[in-house]
Amino acid sequence: MDFMVFQYPMISVQACLDGVLLGILFALIAYGMALQWGVMNIINIAQGDLVILGGYIAYFMYLYGIHPAWGVIVAPIIMYFVGVGLYKLVINKVVDRDLFISILATFGISILFMQLMNFAFGADVVLANSGYGTTFLFDSAVVLPNSKIFSAFISILFAICLVIYMKKSKLGRAIRATAQNARAAKILGVDTEKVYAATFGINAALCGVAGALISITFTIHPYMGLPYTIRSFMIVIVAGLGNLPGVALSGMGLGVFEEFADYILGTEFRIGAVFLLLVLILVYRRFKLSRKREYLK
Amino acid sequence: MKINKIILSFISALAILLSTSVTSFAKVVGDKIILGSAISLTGKYSSNGVHTQNGYNMAVDRINSMGGVKVGGKTYKFEIIYYDDESNPKRAAQLAERLISQDGVEFMLGPYSSGLTKAIAPVTEKYGVPMVEANGASRSLFTKGYKYLFAVLAPANLYLDVAIRTAVELNGGKGVRIAQAFEQDAFSQDVRLGILDAAKETGSEIIIDDKLPKELNDMAATLVKVKQMKPDVLVVSGHTKGALTAVRQIAEMKVDVPMLAMTHCDAAKLSKQHGKNSQYSLCASQWHKTLTYKDDFFKDGMTYAADFTKEFGYDPPYQAAESSAALLVFKDAFERANSFDQKKVRDALAATNMQTFYGNIKFAPGGQNVDKPMVLFQVMCDDAGKCENKVVAPLKWASAELIHPIPKWSKR
Repeated sequence: MDFMVFQYPMISVQACLDGVLLGILFALIAYGMALQWGVMNIINIAQGDLVILGGYIAYFMYLYGIHPAWGVIVAPIIMYFVGVGLYKLVINKVVDRDLFISILATFGISILFMQLMNFAFGADVVLANSGYGTTFLFDSAVVLPNSKIFSAFISILFAICLVIYMKKSKLGRAIRATAQNARAAKILGVDTEKVYAATFGINAALCGVAGALISITFTIHPYMGLPYTIRSFMIVIVAGLGNLPGVALSGMGLGVFEEFADYILGTEFRIGAVFLLLVLILVYRRFKLSRKREYLK
Repeated sequence: MKINKIILSFISALAILLSTSVTSFAKVVGDKIILGSAISLTGKYSSNGVHTQNGYNMAVDRINSMGGVKVGGKTYKFEIIYYDDESNPKRAAQLAERLISQDGVEFMLGPYSSGLTKAIAPVTEKYGVPMVEANGASRSLFTKGYKYLFAVLAPANLYLDVAIRTAVELNGGKGVRIAQAFEQDAFSQDVRLGILDAAKETGSEIIIDDKLPKELNDMAATLVKVKQMKPDVLVVSGHTKGALTAVRQIAEMKVDVPMLAMTHCDAAKLSKQHGKNSQYSLCASQWHKTLTYKDDFFKDGMTYAADFTKEFGYDPPYQAAESSAALLVFKDAFERANSFDQKKVRDALAATNMQTFYGNIKFAPGGQNVDKPMVLFQVMCDDAGKCENKVVAPLKWASAELIHPIPKWSKR
């Protein structure tokens, strides 16, 4: 236990800001998960692996001399098709089954992705340098890497675009209709199969954006996906499925919680603290989710 | 009926295959000495596993082409059976069993990493199979009283010991204030123990002692503390991800610290991935190509590096060099034992006292190599941003002078 974070107020400010910026990025991944969970009733264990795959896209652009920030445009496009392909191959076979089957299937996909990425890209830890520099606040007592600020900004931008798209576009409305009642939507002429594929594609695209951002701010490695899955899972169960501001808030909350856990308990318990929180929340909510299906509004 | 026939022929083909493979794999067949190794070709250690395998293969080719191993007036050639351990300790132990009891291997080469070596050592020990390993540095490997385990590398607790001693020396012999962050795995924790010992002996104080998780990709919290407490030395060990994360975040957060010492910089391709941001980092290394050790097979470090690059297309990391050295040790031991009796070879290995391009090799009773110090290199960049690793300590091997303290970020 280390309470240094409370002795120096500036460290608390640093922790909060770091946490919020990180949390916004988590929220983006979680939003993708909430979307396809709400529409298809599938918990995607491979979420984190899709993120890492997106990261590798940005990394390879960086290797070939393109600025990795362009990855936030290229990665989602490629990942959209990866997502649709994945849907056509596997997910469409489990979409109407119970949750357990979908968890098993996506768990399998997760392992497959890890091994394939390891095979294709190697087991080295890699990163892409943005060269964005640093912002100093409060007489340089608080330092924020611009890459983190950039990540948060891009995440917000994508989230806003998506919300507008869901409200205004034809496909967006079809997705929402399917989420509310797939059978009714089908009767009314919505091609739910197409909607499912698009939803999974959009989710993968969001993961792609997040991955590109992670390769700029942190590091990527084929086996680093699971913590991202766990975080987004947690954010979604705290916020509920149809609640975008809730997802954003609980994402930031989780970010700040992680930072403080890091300072107080030590970095080694950072992920552990997230897992503990997950258990506590699950117990607290008494598995409400399994009883009551929520809708994406 | 037809299907039955197919199945029958399939099974008999399999049986024939198995029976031939069992008989053909024995310790010494014809003029071949067969060594076995479980190695990480897939999974999280696969890049270093491949470096290890390349190192082994290069030495096998070299020794075979330069006359092989002479035992009892006859010339033998090395051959290695590899199995992929998937970076998984349990699998590695199973494969060691299989190599020994099914394939009849009587001499083993080590896997990659301390963890996997730890899994295999009890098996080789049980069967009395001599194992020369080149990639397991954890101290606990050498305190268990293993009789058949020999490591050509220096143990993990010595990795960054020299960094602390150098810092104390530069501080006029007075103790320094140390901040340290170590991953929670066997290897990094051994490095940590080494630092604790060095701190105690030099009267240094440890002011930050953080542990890092396996999924490490953010150590901002540790660095904020470092900013606040201003230690004299920051020590980080968390394999490649630790080195990469530390350098990235130190540069982004503009953390000023007079000395930064790490492990796994060359495996992380630190200077390539981070360029000038990695400048002035000190890195512990088992080997560096500029060291002037010599042998008859690879001549010296520079020649080894050139030959390796020609064959595999990249600069050899120390993991490859030490793996090559393991074969030289085996050859030497076979020739001195003049026999393939496992006990005699084991005794010959224990009496090893030789120089290779990789360094001097002499084993302590625990099996670790006590005749080869660790070296520290510093990443140095020119104005064009081209970075090179230059040995700065110990002074005997230094090819450049240590730059200390690290210039502040505001002045870079």
